[in-house]
Amino acid sequence: MVIECKHVWNYLSDYLDDSLSPEIKELVQRHLEHCEICSAILDSTRNIVVLTADDRVFELPIGYSERLHARLAQEIESNEARTRKDSGD
Amino acid sequence: MIAAILAGDTRQYHELIRPYERSVYKMALSFMKNEPDAEDVAQEAFLKAFRKLADFRGQAKFSTWLISITLNEARSRLRRQSTVPMESLDQVTGEGGRISPTLLRDWREVPSEALERKEIRAILIEAIGHLSPLYREVLLLRDVEEFSIEETATALTITPGTVKVRLHRARMMMQKELAPKLKNANPRRRWFQWS
Ligand SMILES: [Zn+2]
Repeated sequence: MVIECKHVWNYLSDYLDDSLSPEIKELVQRHLEHCEICSAILDSTRNIVVLTADDRVFELPIGYSERLHARLAQEIESNEARTRKDSGD
Repeated sequence: MIAAILAGDTRQYHELIRPYERSVYKMALSFMKNEPDAEDVAQEAFLKAFRKLADFRGQAKFSTWLISITLNEARSRLRRQSTVPMESLDQVTGEGGRISPTLLRDWREVPSEALERKEIRAILIEAIGHLSPLYREVLLLRDVEEFSIEETATALTITPGTVKVRLHRARMMMQKELAPKLKNANPRRRWFQWS
C-alpha cells in the first residue's frame, strides 16, 4: 500500500513521538525513503521541536527569582503569624 | 518535603519550588506576552500553590499540579484584561481543517547554538504566541516542558487523544510559520559577514 504526502503529514507528530502503530510507521518510513519533500518537512519539524525545548529560548528577567522569594517570604510570615494567633491566646 | 511544609515547616516551600521557577515563568510569558505580567502571574501561581498545598494529594506530580495552577492564573488574568472573549478554536482554523506545512526540498539543520542569537529566540517565542490558547497550552507542556502525553493530558484535564490531535496541529503550525524564517536566518551566513 502506498500513501500520499498529505496523509504522511497527518502522522508526522506521532512519528516524532514514536507512537504510531508498527504498520503505519512502516508505511510512513517507506514513503520518507523516497520522498524528499516529506523528509524535509519531518526534519524541519523535528528541528523546531528540539529548538523549542531548549532552555535558552526563554530568558528569565533579572531579579525574578529574588523578587519571587521575597514575596513568598512575606506570605509565609503572615501565614505563620495567623497560625500563631489562631492557636494561642 | 510537602509533608514537612504542611506540618508547619513552611520555610521549606522556598526549596520545594526552586526547580520550577523557570517552567512557571515560561508558561506565564507565553500567555501574557510581556515580562511584567508574566512575572505577576508566576508569583501569583506560586502563592496560590502555597495556600492550596494541603489540597495536593500526590495523585499527579507536583510539577503537573503547579503548571495547571499557573495555567488557570494566566487564563483568568487574560479574561479579566480583555473585553473580547478569548478566541475560540473554530474561529482560528476550524478543528477539522487540515494545516499544510511549508513545503521544502531539503532542510539544513539549525543548530541549538543559533539560540544564542536574540532574533532566533524572538521568532520562536513569537510563533508560540501566535498559536491559539488551546494549541499553545499543549505545545508548551509537551514540547517546551517536555511533559509526556499523559502528563500533559492530566495537567489540562483532557484526554491523551485530544493532546495528540492538538499537538500535531500545533507542531504543523509551528513548522508552517518557522520553517521559512529559520531557513532565512541560517547561521552559516554569519561566516560571510565582515564584522
Ligand atoms: Zn511525500
